[in-house]
Amino acid sequence: MSILVNKNTKVVVQGITGSEGTFHATQMLKYGTNIVAGVTPGKGGQTAIDGKIPVYNSVEEAKIEAGANTSIIFVPPPFAAEAVIEASYAGMDLIVCITEGIPVQDMVKAKRVIDENGTRLIGPNCPGIITVDECKLGIMPGFICEKGNVGVISKSGTLTYEAIGQLVSNGMGQTTALGIGGDPIIGTDMLDVLELFEADPETEGIVLIGEIGGQMEIEAARWAKENVTKPIVAFIAGQTAPPGRRMGHAGAIISGGDDTAEAKMRIMKECGIDVCESVAEIGQKMKIALVQQTEAVA
Amino acid sequence: MKIHEYQGKALLKKYNVPIQDGYVVENLSQLESTIESVRKDFSSDAVVVKAQIHAGGRGKGGGVKYSPTPESALENATNILGMDLITHQTGPGGQKVRKLYITEALDIAEEFYVAITLDRSLGKDVFMVSTEGGMEIETVAEETPEKIVKEWIDPLLGMKSFQARKLAFGLELTGDTFKTACKVFLNMYKCYTETDASIVEVNPLVLTDDGRIIALDAKFNFDGNAMYRQKDIADMRDDFEEDPTELEASQFNLNYIKLDGNVGCMVNGAGLAMATMDIIKLAGGEPANFLDVGGAANVETVKNGFKIILKDENVKAIIINIFGGIVRCDRVANGVVQAVKELNLDVPVIVRLEGTNAIEAKQILAASGVAIIPAESIQDAATKAVNAALSR
Repeated sequence: MSILVNKNTKVVVQGITGSEGTFHATQMLKYGTNIVAGVTPGKGGQTAIDGKIPVYNSVEEAKIEAGANTSIIFVPPPFAAEAVIEASYAGMDLIVCITEGIPVQDMVKAKRVIDENGTRLIGPNCPGIITVDECKLGIMPGFICEKGNVGVISKSGTLTYEAIGQLVSNGMGQTTALGIGGDPIIGTDMLDVLELFEADPETEGIVLIGEIGGQMEIEAARWAKENVTKPIVAFIAGQTAPPGRRMGHAGAIISGGDDTAEAKMRIMKECGIDVCESVAEIGQKMKIALVQQTEAVA
Repeated sequence: MKIHEYQGKALLKKYNVPIQDGYVVENLSQLESTIESVRKDFSSDAVVVKAQIHAGGRGKGGGVKYSPTPESALENATNILGMDLITHQTGPGGQKVRKLYITEALDIAEEFYVAITLDRSLGKDVFMVSTEGGMEIETVAEETPEKIVKEWIDPLLGMKSFQARKLAFGLELTGDTFKTACKVFLNMYKCYTETDASIVEVNPLVLTDDGRIIALDAKFNFDGNAMYRQKDIADMRDDFEEDPTELEASQFNLNYIKLDGNVGCMVNGAGLAMATMDIIKLAGGEPANFLDVGGAANVETVKNGFKIILKDENVKAIIINIFGGIVRCDRVANGVVQAVKELNLDVPVIVRLEGTNAIEAKQILAASGVAIIPAESIQDAATKAVNAALSR
C-alpha cells in the first residue's frame, strides 16, 4: 500500500514536448513510472521521449486512447491553470501541477473548478509525489528514497529531500513522499494528506514539514489531535523570517497572528505533535517515535 | 509588488471610485505652485501634505500633515520632502521621502475600513468592511471581531450586487450614500481583479459632511506572478523603495532578502533556505540573508550569488547548502571553485552538497585546492559556519 499513486497509475504528461516536460518525463520513465501518454495541443499523432510515448492533442484523448487516469503538468505559468481545468474536465483521478509562478487569480478559478468536479490536485509549485519503487510523479531525485514505513508531507521541495535524506541515514524508508506546494492556493492540503497516511496500513509514522504563512499546519494539527493514531514529527521553516517579507514561496509570508513559525510550533505541540526545534532533528526524532510506538503496541 | 498611495488612487479613480484628489510633487521649487493648484483645482482652502513611501504608519511617523493655510502647507511640505521618515514598518533608518502628495482636505463625518484580499483557507477573495475606520484592522479583528463584515466572492461568478448591499448595510448606510457605497464596492472589486491585485485596502473610506463617499487612502499590493500581463502596473514599481542589493539580485534571477546577521547563506529551494537560516540561529549565529538560487543553479548563478552576498559588509562566513534534485552538485562545486578563485574571497566558505552528483562534487572541491570547509550535514555546516564567523 501507499497513498495516491502506485505502479498501476497511468500517467499523462501535459506539456511533454517542452524542455521541462521532456527532461522530467524521461527521468520518471527511468524510475519506472507508467507514463502512457503526453499532451501538447497541435502535436497530436507525434511521439515523445525517443518514440516511447504517444502525444495527443488533449487530455480527454489521452484518457480515451491510452487509458490515462492521472496527469502531471509541466505547462508554462500563463497556461497552467487552464491545463488543470482541462485535466479536471477530462476526468483525471489525480492531477499533479509542478508549474511555478501561476497567477493567483487563475488558480482561484481552477481551484473552484476542481472542487466542483471533485478532482484531487497536488500543487501547483510543488516537487510532486513519489511512492517509493513504484511511481515517481514529479521532479524529486528518486535515488535518495528507500522503501519503508514513513510518510512525508512537505510544503517545499528541497526540504522534503532533506527529510528523506535524514530518514534514510537513520535507517528508515518511506511509503510515499509528497510536496503539496508553496503557493497561496493549492489543491491537496496537509490535513488531506494526514488523513490518507492515517488510513494507509503501511505508513507507521508521518513527517510533516511546514513553513511560515497561512493556517494549514494549524488546521492539520488540530485535526490530527482527534484523528491520527500514528506518531507525527513536524518541523516549521522560517523561525528567523522577518514579518511582511515573502520568503521565496508566494505563500511564505508572515502577515500577522497565528502564521509565524513560533505560533505554529506552539499550537502543534499543544496538539501532541513532536515538533523539531532544528531541521537536523527530523530523522532522529522519527526514529525514536517509531521505537516508542512499537513498544506501546507491545 | 507595492505601489504608492497616489498611484493606487489613480487606479481607483480609473475604476470610478471617488478619491481624495491631489497632485504629486518632487521638487522643492514646485511646492508653492503645486499647493496653489490643489487649492484652486479642488476648491479646498486647506490641504493635506502626504509623504509617499511604501511603508505604513506614515501619519504616526509625522509624514502626513493637515495644513489649514498655504503658509502652513508650504512649511509642512518643506519639512517632509527629503526627510528620512521612520515608521514601524521602515526600520530604524527610515525611508527617504522623494515624493509628496498634496491633496484636498475634506470634512469627515464617518470613517470606514474597506479591503479586498485572498482568504487562503477558503481559496476565495474576501471583501471586508468595518465601521472602525482609521484603526489598525488587526486590532479590530482581535478586540471586536463582530465589527468586521465579510463577504466571500465566488471566483466564477464575480461579486454580486446583493453582496455589495450586505456590506453597505453592514456599515449602517442609508439612502443615497447606501447606493453610492454599493457602486463603490463593486468598482473596487473590478479594480482588484482586473489589476491582479493581492490586496486593495482603503483605510479610511470616509463619509463626508456633505454626504459623499471618498477613498482617503489606498494601499495596493500585486501578485508578482501576474505582472507579465500587467505591464502598466509593473511600470509603477519604484526602485527607490527597494533594497538596492535585492534589486540587483532579482536581475540575476536570484531570490535574495537582506537580513541583519553575519553568516551569508546560499541555498537551493525556499524551504531549505529558511531552514538553513533557522539552524544558523540555533547554532548561535545570525543569518545575513535569505538566498534561494533556485532549480537552475550552475556556475554563473553561484558566482552571482557570491557577489550579492559579499555586498553585505557584515558577512563573516558563507554557508552553501545544496540538496541537489534537478540541481547538479558537480555544477555547483565548479561554480564555488571558480568564484572563490576569481573573486579573491577572504571570508571562510562552508560547503554542504548532497543529492544528485554529490560524490563528483566532493571530488571537484577536494581536487581544486581552494580553501573551502567541507561539511557532511546541515548541522555540521551550520556549526562550522557559525564558528568561522565568530572567530573573525
